[in-house]
Amino acid sequence: MPARPEVVFAGTNGGALDRVEDYEAAGGFRALAKARAMAPDDVIAELEVSGLRGRGGAFFPTGRKWAFVPKPEQLAKPHYLVVNADESEPGTFKDREIILRVPFRFLEGCLIAAYAIQSQHVFVYIRGEYEREFEVLRDALEAMRKRDLLGEITVVLHRGAGAYICGEETALLESLEGRRGQPRTKPPFPAIAGLYAAPTAVNNVESITTVTSVLELGAAEYATLGVENSTGTRVFSLSGDVVTPGNYELPHGITLRELIYDVGGGVPGGRDLKAIIPGGSSTAILTASEIDTPLDFDSLVKAGSSIGSAGVVVIDDRCCMVQLGIRVSQFYEHESCGKCTPCRVGTRWLTQILQKIEDGRSSQADLDLLLSVCDRILGKCLCPLGDSDAIAVASYVDRFRDEFQAHIETGRCPLGGDSSLEGILAPSAQHERHLHEVVHA
Amino acid sequence: MTTAIYSRVQKLRKQYPEPTSAVLPALRLAQEEHGGWLPPEALREVADALDVTPAFCLSIASFYDQLRLEPVGRHLVEVCTNVSCALAGAQQVVEAFERGLGISAGTTSADGGFTLGTVECLGGCGWATVVAIDNRHRLRVQAEDVAGIIEELHAREA
Ligand SMILES: Cc1cc2nc3c(=O)[nH]c(=O)nc-3n(C[C@H](O)[C@H](O)[C@H](O)COP(=O)(O)O)c2cc1C
Ligand code: FES
Repeated sequence: MPARPEVVFAGTNGGALDRVEDYEAAGGFRALAKARAMAPDDVIAELEVSGLRGRGGAFFPTGRKWAFVPKPEQLAKPHYLVVNADESEPGTFKDREIILRVPFRFLEGCLIAAYAIQSQHVFVYIRGEYEREFEVLRDALEAMRKRDLLGEITVVLHRGAGAYICGEETALLESLEGRRGQPRTKPPFPAIAGLYAAPTAVNNVESITTVTSVLELGAAEYATLGVENSTGTRVFSLSGDVVTPGNYELPHGITLRELIYDVGGGVPGGRDLKAIIPGGSSTAILTASEIDTPLDFDSLVKAGSSIGSAGVVVIDDRCCMVQLGIRVSQFYEHESCGKCTPCRVGTRWLTQILQKIEDGRSSQADLDLLLSVCDRILGKCLCPLGDSDAIAVASYVDRFRDEFQAHIETGRCPLGGDSSLEGILAPSAQHERHLHEVVHA
Repeated sequence: MTTAIYSRVQKLRKQYPEPTSAVLPALRLAQEEHGGWLPPEALREVADALDVTPAFCLSIASFYDQLRLEPVGRHLVEVCTNVSCALAGAQQVVEAFERGLGISAGTTSADGGFTLGTVECLGGCGWATVVAIDNRHRLRVQAEDVAGIIEELHAREA
């Protein structure tokens, strides 16, 4: 069993530290006091030393991001901290557990971050489907207000309404300003012109929660955890064909084998591992033979994938990779905001070509076309939503080409109706099926 | 003219430097007040309260999956069928609800009691299958559990 230092979930003993008295008794709000006794720039410097990098998916150094935000004397506009609690990347469910189990550590991190970038205004954009999480945060904020911990700072909980794209930071800002959640052109980056065109830091829930721990432990101490370039712990969301799915906080650099077998109990029913999605559905798939890949930024890049949001999905040998491609592609097709043509049209096209392959109606040219559509999406849009679909689908072909080839050559799915994803009904297909039923009734 | 939600929307507006930011919370509020969807008069109420047009409100409402422009049943059952839930048997859960409620996914029962649908990842992949019932998440739902859930919802109706 790998060592399991707890930073984000420290002091919870597997439960929740969700009462303000308990959090205080466990040393809560000391990090905030420590930060407020420092100069804002020194807090930023501390974050840089810690090596903390964004947990939302892009892994951008948190301290550096804050350093990009102009000082109030440089740009006389209000400054904003916007926290991304829109968690919607398939395979990812960690921010939700962080909010439920350590709401005060998270809110303390918001106040520290606001102090560091000299902001008086915090907006937490929380995904609309998270009802209980919203209530927990609302009550936690109220408890902090009563204890006068907020000072001059206002914290607004802003609820989304169901749109994956609003997790992309500029789409999130559009949504928060009251528009459709469509990404903006960058530059300007949010640090310069973000919310209401004012300097804004956008950070993920886990990043912000970890800020509290960094201040508490001290940056140098925090940096001893994890590996080079990927310091600290990570809350890995483990799901799919695994005995004990759940969120596990572990240091960066543990291997997929340790996570899936030692922590997660392996694949149920003694079945064989087939594939692993390492960082949410937007990341390239790995095969069972890559099980010894360490879970850190550099190792996953070297393996041709990405640590993404650290949502690890385990897939056993019952799953058809073409069907996986269809289901993943249906998601991106459904969630495309429609602003950029390659994404809007390309994601739909990928689904259709994959369906043709699965149905045994395809020729070799369709596989070429599939990969060519992936190429024509990649890097051609304002945001990487379409890229995610292209990267995922192209990786399924790359890693499981024989299986795609078998569909084409034999005109049928090699799993012959027994795939674990057989018949799955995606929201995007649900409406079409309904129309079909009405027409044929 | 002041409507039921007018004064509550004014309060929401004050949370933001710019009032348009309140459109999403205001639409959520209006939807709650109108039985889970946004009929044209709901859009008009929000528009009046925020000094925008109903067309603008419609442009926002049509973008977000949780905002609904068609009537929904008194109970809303949404099954996640994204990858992790699908691997855990979400399709069997969908079919059990279809059989139990006598409607197909994507439709509402004739008596307006239930709307059944499939949805994308609800952020609970490790507790698959996740089913949102009236927006509250049930975790680790299996096909065998469905009859009990339906019974419970019928009991709530009575
Ligand atoms: C399509 C798309 C969806 C995203 N969804 C999320 C999300 O749900 N939560 C999140 O924190 N970041 C998400 N991101 C990443 C954000 O754009 C941004 O990088 C992040 O919030 C920055 O915070 P961090 O530096 O603390 O990671 C998404 C990005 C894209 C392109
Ligand atoms: S896949 Fe169902 S909750 Fe994420």
